[in-house]
Amino acid sequence: MLEALQTFMTDYGWNLLAIIGFSLLTLVVLLIIIAFLLLMDRKVWAAVQMRRGPNVVGPFGLLQSFADLLKFVLKEPIIPAGSDKVVFLLAPLATAVFALSSWAVIPVNENSWGKWVISDMNVGILYLTAISSLGVYGIIMGGWASNSKYPFMGSLRSAAQMVSYEVSIGFVIVCVILCVGSLNVTDIVNAQKAGIGTRLGLTNSFLDWHWLPLFPMFVVFFISALAETNRPPFDLVEAESELVAGFMVEYSSTPYLLYMLGEYVAIVTMCALTTILFLGGWLPPLDIWPLNAIPGILWFLIKVVMVFFMFAMVKAMVPRYRYDQLMRLGWKVFLPLSLVMVIVTAAVLQFGGFLS
Amino acid sequence: MASALFFYLFAVLAVASGATVILTRNPVHAVLFLILAFFNAAGLFVLLNAEFLAMLLVIVYVGAVAVLFLFVVMMLDVDFAELKAGFIKNAGVGAIVGGIVLMEILALVGYRGLTTAASLNVAAPIPAAGSGITNTQALGEILYTKYVYFFEASGLILFVAMIGAIVLTLKHREGVKRQSISAQVARGPKTGLEIAKVPSGGFNIPPAVKHPEAAE
Repeated sequence: MLEALQTFMTDYGWNLLAIIGFSLLTLVVLLIIIAFLLLMDRKVWAAVQMRRGPNVVGPFGLLQSFADLLKFVLKEPIIPAGSDKVVFLLAPLATAVFALSSWAVIPVNENSWGKWVISDMNVGILYLTAISSLGVYGIIMGGWASNSKYPFMGSLRSAAQMVSYEVSIGFVIVCVILCVGSLNVTDIVNAQKAGIGTRLGLTNSFLDWHWLPLFPMFVVFFISALAETNRPPFDLVEAESELVAGFMVEYSSTPYLLYMLGEYVAIVTMCALTTILFLGGWLPPLDIWPLNAIPGILWFLIKVVMVFFMFAMVKAMVPRYRYDQLMRLGWKVFLPLSLVMVIVTAAVLQFGGFLS
Repeated sequence: MASALFFYLFAVLAVASGATVILTRNPVHAVLFLILAFFNAAGLFVLLNAEFLAMLLVIVYVGAVAVLFLFVVMMLDVDFAELKAGFIKNAGVGAIVGGIVLMEILALVGYRGLTTAASLNVAAPIPAAGSGITNTQALGEILYTKYVYFFEASGLILFVAMIGAIVLTLKHREGVKRQSISAQVARGPKTGLEIAKVPSGGFNIPPAVKHPEAAE
């Protein structure tokens, strides 16, 4: 018995414990970062509108997110009488779980210790696409299970919107994969060590990253990421002037908190994905002394926060799209553009002598 | 040992959720169980080291097809009494079709046998584990060389189906006011603005200047 346990531990056990430990570490760090990003989102929004934003709880309002967490958890969850109770409670859970599970394959650094990622899957980018396409279920299920008009309308809008923009996100990712030649997320970052900058003489610099050769795709990806995560100006799912709060109308307390959490985790995932695909992940912008001495994880964090700042500024500055304009942008502008860019990228790689 | 444990977990869940799809009364619950079945099938693919197929199954079926299923089923107003009324009438045909399919599966299993030898089903050599070739690459290498015509043909069929779906749903209705984005964007100060000179004083009121769009 003891021997069997020993073989089990050496074969699977320690591995399993290590995975659980790394997962917990990632989750805790991620959630703490998200608490402050949420505050930053509100502060940026307030600054654009010349307000102060949350400034009461803690110094400069730094603990506002934690106060909100307590407030949500301590309130009474209300389940509507006409709702489908199981699906109603399953929906926010699905949103949060799917959003968090994409962090299993996101690498945050690579150094002499190895790759800083929970699962270094060889189809990592496909896993991310798969998980982000599942985010729509939480919204559809919640909207339907609420058994109410506005949530249902909101969830129908969201289903159409998310499915539409996934198509162009998929094609943008195909462009990047064509340049890299691998579906592994770490390989995508490492492929950005050599590129235009190296040819120009600036080895391992920010000019090597994919944003420069694939600039149109970078823009398409950023805007599609806004639409995919239901961020303003594409937040028609919860347009308060039309649908009150969209699919979240009937939710309160912890289920509502889970929805908000899932939404923000999805946003940060999209920021991390933008960083990995186009902004060189954990690579320093210039390979010179003070910059390349900073640990890669800090560069990764700085880039994610920068992309998130862009998300926050867009929210503060751009007015909401109308629904038909949103659909037009997705299907008539981004889809043909990204499709043509896939062909152009493939042609340049094939005939430009980039493939050995 | 652990892989056997996960195999039974995924297999049992897949069969159970598959059965629930046809046993549950609520069509939305049925679709949700169908999604669970897809997930477990993807899990089985991962256990077979076919992670590319597993991800594709999730992206295509769970991420796109099942969303549309759910979309349609949610909006349908299904009359369950009417559905059940047809049960006895159609039971005979259903039993015959089901029986034929079952016979075919049994015949196939009896012919091939339930051997685990992969060589029976494989048309091309599988790259050995540790050869450095991922299964995505292996799939691509055979799909774009040996089966390239089949690949192109299936692409063509999908293309025709896509155009068919667009043609079926495209309607040109008369008298619908549509927005022309390009006309709106192209509208500048020259076309969008008119300065009418109104002489002050006198009794001569000039005839109203007609707006070009108002004339339509």
